[in-house]
Amino acid sequence: MDYFYTLLNEIYKILFLIVPILVSVAMIVWLDRRVWGLVQKRRGPNVVGPFGLFQTLADALKYIFKEIIIPASANKIIFILAPIITMTLALVAWAVIPLSETLVLSNINVGILYLFAVSSLGVYGIIMGGWASNSKYPFLGAIRSAAQMVSYEVSIGIIIINVLLCVGSLNLNDIVLAQKNLWYVIPLFPMFVVFFISALAETNRPPFDLPEAEAELVAGYQTEYSGMMYAMFWLGEYANILLMCAMGSILFLGGWLPPLDIYPLNIVPAPIWMIFKILFLFFLFAIIKAIVPRYRYDQLMRLGWKVFLPFSLIYVVLTASFLLYFDKLPKGSF
Amino acid sequence: MNFNRFLKTILLTEFFLAIVKAIKEIFRPKKTINYPFEKGQISPRYRGEHALRRYPNGEERCIACKLCEAVCPAQAITIESEERKDGSRKTTRYDIDMLKCIYCGLCQESCPVDAIVQGPNFEFATETREELYYNKEKLLDNGDRWETVLAKNLKTDKIYK
Repeated sequence: MDYFYTLLNEIYKILFLIVPILVSVAMIVWLDRRVWGLVQKRRGPNVVGPFGLFQTLADALKYIFKEIIIPASANKIIFILAPIITMTLALVAWAVIPLSETLVLSNINVGILYLFAVSSLGVYGIIMGGWASNSKYPFLGAIRSAAQMVSYEVSIGIIIINVLLCVGSLNLNDIVLAQKNLWYVIPLFPMFVVFFISALAETNRPPFDLPEAEAELVAGYQTEYSGMMYAMFWLGEYANILLMCAMGSILFLGGWLPPLDIYPLNIVPAPIWMIFKILFLFFLFAIIKAIVPRYRYDQLMRLGWKVFLPFSLIYVVLTASFLLYFDKLPKGSF
Repeated sequence: MNFNRFLKTILLTEFFLAIVKAIKEIFRPKKTINYPFEKGQISPRYRGEHALRRYPNGEERCIACKLCEAVCPAQAITIESEERKDGSRKTTRYDIDMLKCIYCGLCQESCPVDAIVQGPNFEFATETREELYYNKEKLLDNGDRWETVLAKNLKTDKIYK
């Protein structure tokens, strides 16, 4: 009985996390399309529901009723597994994201490593989907995507090291609390920019949307997918984008902390600040989708390996020497 | 790479300028309209869905001269006619295959009595092919429905003909 109660409690907690995320993913897709449209002086989706807010729900409903086509030459099991993995991994990572000091599903002490590990696994969904489709475009798209994600993960990893040097803990709540006096976006601004651009590449967003470059690869690894399986890829992709925004706001923008610890700002509940920061970063994601042309593949690789990697490595050395010289290394907590 | 270009690249100047520009664009007036709820301006000469018009007394205008049938480059029009008791020649059948039609407007131009016209309606998509084989009834019905607009358009466009 006790065991049963615990199980129910856990399921309740998980549902309480997943449902809001799925709803916010739907809203964020709407925001993305809307911003994209507005920048291009279009109106964007504005018919279904107030301001077109339910557009994504209508789309999802349509996807549910569509037929799922599995190509005859596809590897059936892996083909079906791929979107499930993508979406699950995108959602699983949210378990450690703190929306406030207490509002976090599991406050583990290696939160940032967990986050990094899960977002690295995301590439499996894509490469499985591309390979199992057993056709040209998905395969090329998957290869590109895998190469791209692996390259940019390296620099993201090193950027995270920068932050960890300043914090001295892998716990996400500690990372947020360490920014009480000064958000890391100020001392580590170049790293924030590099992180943001790497996040764009990591989530296959324009200008790094080579894996699904319409003109060249139809829809990349999603080409053979239809119906709800396509929708799951879609959801996973946007959940990943949200996750990257959350990661960016935790690492650099002080997570759920208010900008200044003064009266009118610090009575606003912590989750609101967190959501606000995620939305701000996502707004940048959406704007950038509207203003940039697509990178060429060799430019993408050059940027990842020959610019970002050395740059962030040098910055690690700089941060470390600064902290050591001024004796500001974080103490204790190990 | 010269120094200025290097600075521009490393500081992402154009990137930030582009973001500012994009945010400005958001508040500019939109170039698109709210289509199903508001519609754009259409020229009086617009060649949309066909209609057969009537005289104000309710008599149909078409005299079955078959000029439109002859001039139609897609051969989309089929006309059959007979003589009425009062000696006038009228159509018994007037079919337009809207799928063959190329919307060139020659039927309207050839018509001596302004009977067959192409109206401003362009929203007549259907779910089956059969619905697009228009017969006389449908065309006359169109004419009745759009008469005010059709008459106005013909009048506006008269001076250019």
